[in-house]
Amino acid sequence: MKLQKLTGAWIPVVSIIFGLLAGAIIMLLFGYNPLAGYIALWNGAFETPYFTGETIRLITPYILSGLAVAFAFRTGLLNIGVEGQVLVGWLASVWVGTEFSLPMAIHLPLAVIVAILAGGIWGFIPGYLKAKYQVHEVIITIMMNYIALYSVNAIIRNVLTDRDDRTENVAETASLKVSWLSDLMPNSNVHAGIILALVAALFYWYFIEKTKYGFELKAVGYNPHASQYAGMSVKRNIMLSMAISGGFAGLAGAMEGIGNFGYMTLNNGFTNIGFDGIAIALLGGNTAVGVVLAAGLFGVLKNGALNMPLSAGVPHELVDIITALIIFFVAASYMIILLRHKLIKLYTDFKNKSKKGGANK
Amino acid sequence: MSGFVDILNSIIPSALMLATPLIFTALGGVFSERSGIINIGLEGLMIMGAFVAVVINLELYPILGSTLTPWVSILVAAVIGGLFASLHAVATVTFRADQVVSGVAINFLALGIGLFLIKQIYGKGQTDMIDGGLRSTDIPILEHIPVIGPIFFEGTYYTNWLAVILAFVVWYVIFKTPFGLRLRSVGEHPFAADSVGINVNRMRYIAVMLSGFFGGAGGAIFALTFAGNFSQGTISGQGFIALAAVVFGKWHPIGALGAALFFGLAQSLSVIGGGIPLLEDIPSVYLQIAPYVLTIFALVGLVGRAEAPKSLGTPFVKGSR
Repeated sequence: MKLQKLTGAWIPVVSIIFGLLAGAIIMLLFGYNPLAGYIALWNGAFETPYFTGETIRLITPYILSGLAVAFAFRTGLLNIGVEGQVLVGWLASVWVGTEFSLPMAIHLPLAVIVAILAGGIWGFIPGYLKAKYQVHEVIITIMMNYIALYSVNAIIRNVLTDRDDRTENVAETASLKVSWLSDLMPNSNVHAGIILALVAALFYWYFIEKTKYGFELKAVGYNPHASQYAGMSVKRNIMLSMAISGGFAGLAGAMEGIGNFGYMTLNNGFTNIGFDGIAIALLGGNTAVGVVLAAGLFGVLKNGALNMPLSAGVPHELVDIITALIIFFVAASYMIILLRHKLIKLYTDFKNKSKKGGANK
Repeated sequence: MSGFVDILNSIIPSALMLATPLIFTALGGVFSERSGIINIGLEGLMIMGAFVAVVINLELYPILGSTLTPWVSILVAAVIGGLFASLHAVATVTFRADQVVSGVAINFLALGIGLFLIKQIYGKGQTDMIDGGLRSTDIPILEHIPVIGPIFFEGTYYTNWLAVILAFVVWYVIFKTPFGLRLRSVGEHPFAADSVGINVNRMRYIAVMLSGFFGGAGGAIFALTFAGNFSQGTISGQGFIALAAVVFGKWHPIGALGAALFFGLAQSLSVIGGGIPLLEDIPSVYLQIAPYVLTIFALVGLVGRAEAPKSLGTPFVKGSR
C-alpha cells in the first residue's frame, strides 16, 4: 500500500475543484443557480477592462503577502504578523510619498525601499525575540500586529496630519500609477506594482532555490538540529527569514500606499491582506509560482464575488466559504490521497474482475 | 485612599468584563492544546459562537424574555461551537491535516458562514441590536463585604464569576481526574498513551470539541456583553488574544486565567485610563499598545521559554514508530 505524498499541483488543483463544487452545492441548497453564480463571478473579475484592472489591483498585494508568509514557512516559522508588517510598510511608503519632494527616479524607489525596510524591521523584531529568547513567533507576531495597528493610527493622527483621519495624497513622483496601465483599464486602480510583485516572486524563487542563503533557510526549516550540527547558525537564519518575510509584507503595504490608494486612513481593524496571505501561501505550496497562481485565484474569486449579488443575487460572502473550504481541503490532503487511493483500487478491482469474467466465458 | 479605591472601582469591573470572553476561550484552547492539537481557530470558534448567540437571541427573546434568553443563547452557541470545532478535529485527527492550516481555515470558514447566513436570514450585512443581552447585577450577600464588595461584586456579571470558577474546574479536571491524565498523556506522548489502551484519537476529538464549546461560549458572551449584534467586525482578534493567553499561561488553566485577567486589566486601562489622575497625561496610544508590549516583555523576561505539550502539532499515526 503506497500512500506516498503527492507532489506538485495535484492537491491544490483537486482542492480548488472540491471547493468550487461545495460552493455550487451551497448555492443549490439556498435556491440559487450555481451556474449563474459562477458566471457572475467570472464576469465580475474579467467582463470589462475596469473589472480586470480591479482584479489585478487586488492580486498585487496578495502575491506579496503570500510570498511573505511562504518565505517564513520555508524556515519553519509561521509569520502571522504579515498584517502588521503590511500596515507599517503602507505607512512608510505614504510617509516618504507625502513628506519628500524629489525627482521620480529617486522618490519612487525610495518610497518602495523604505516600505520594505519598515516591514523588514517589524518582522525582524519577532525573529530576534524568537532566536534570542525562544519565545513563540506566533504570539509575538500577533502582539506586533496590534502594536502596529494602534501606533500607525497614532502616527497618522499626530505626525503625518494634524488630528486628521487621512493623510495627504502622495506626490506624483512617488506614485505607482502609470498612464499606460490606467488607460488600458480605465477608472480602475490598477498600478505598476503588479510588475514589482512579479519581480519579487522571481527574487523569491532565485533566493530560495539558487542561493546558499536560501538553502540554509530551508535546511533550518527541515531540521534545525541537523542544520546546527552542520555548522549553520539557526538563530541567524531565523532572524534573516523573518526580516525578509517582513520585507515582502512591507512591499505589499507599499502597494496600497503608493499604488492603490495613494494615501492612508485610520484603520479600525486589520486589512486582512496578511491573513489572506497565509491561505495563499498554503495553497501555493510555499513556492514562488504557486503563490503567484494562488494569489491570482484569490484575487479573481474575491473581486469577482462583488458582482455576484448584483448579477445573480448570491451573497458575496459565499466566496469566503469557498476559499475557506479550499484551504481546508489543502490541509486535509491526506483525505484526497486516501480518496485517490480508493479510486485506483476500485478501478483495478474492476479491471481484474472484468478480465476474470472474460476468462470464465 | 478613597481615591485609590475609586480608581479600582472603575478599573476592576471593566477588566473582569473584558477578560471573561478571553477566559472562556483560553480554557478551550488549553483543552485542545493539552491534547496535542494546535488551535489557531479559536478566533473562528468565537466568531461562530457570537453569530449563533446573536441569532438565537434575536429569535428567542420574544418567547423567553430577558432572564432566560442570554443563557439559552450562550448554551446553544457553545454546543454549536463544539460541533463546528469537530471539523477541525476531523481534519487534524482523522485526516492528519496541518493543524495551523486547518485552524486558519476554521477562522475563514466561521466568518464566511456567519456573514452568508446573516445575509440569508436578515437580508443585510449585519443583524439588528439584540434585546436580550447580558445585564450587570449586584451579587447578593457578597456585595455587602466592605471595600471588596463594591469593587468586585457590584455591577458585575454572573458570567465573570462563572469564568473564574470554570478556570478552577478545568484545572481540577485536567490535573486531578483520570480524564485529565489521559488528556495530558495524549498530548505529551501519544504512543505511550496508546500502548496503555487510551484511544488517542477519541481523546483528541473530545478535547478539540471542548475547545469549540468554550470558544463558542466565549464568543457568545462577548457578543452579548459588548457588541450587541453580529457583523464583519464583531470578533476582531479576541480569539488570537485568547490564544496568546494560552501560551502566556503556559498551557495551564490557572495560568490562562491569570493571563486573560492581565489582558483584561490592560485593555481596561486603555479604555478608561484617560480618567485616572496618573495616566491622563499619557497619550492614549501608549495605553492602547501597553497590553501587547507588556505581553512581549513578560514572555521574554518573566515567562521565558514556555514548554508546550511535547506532541503539540504532530498527528498520531498508529504504528508509525
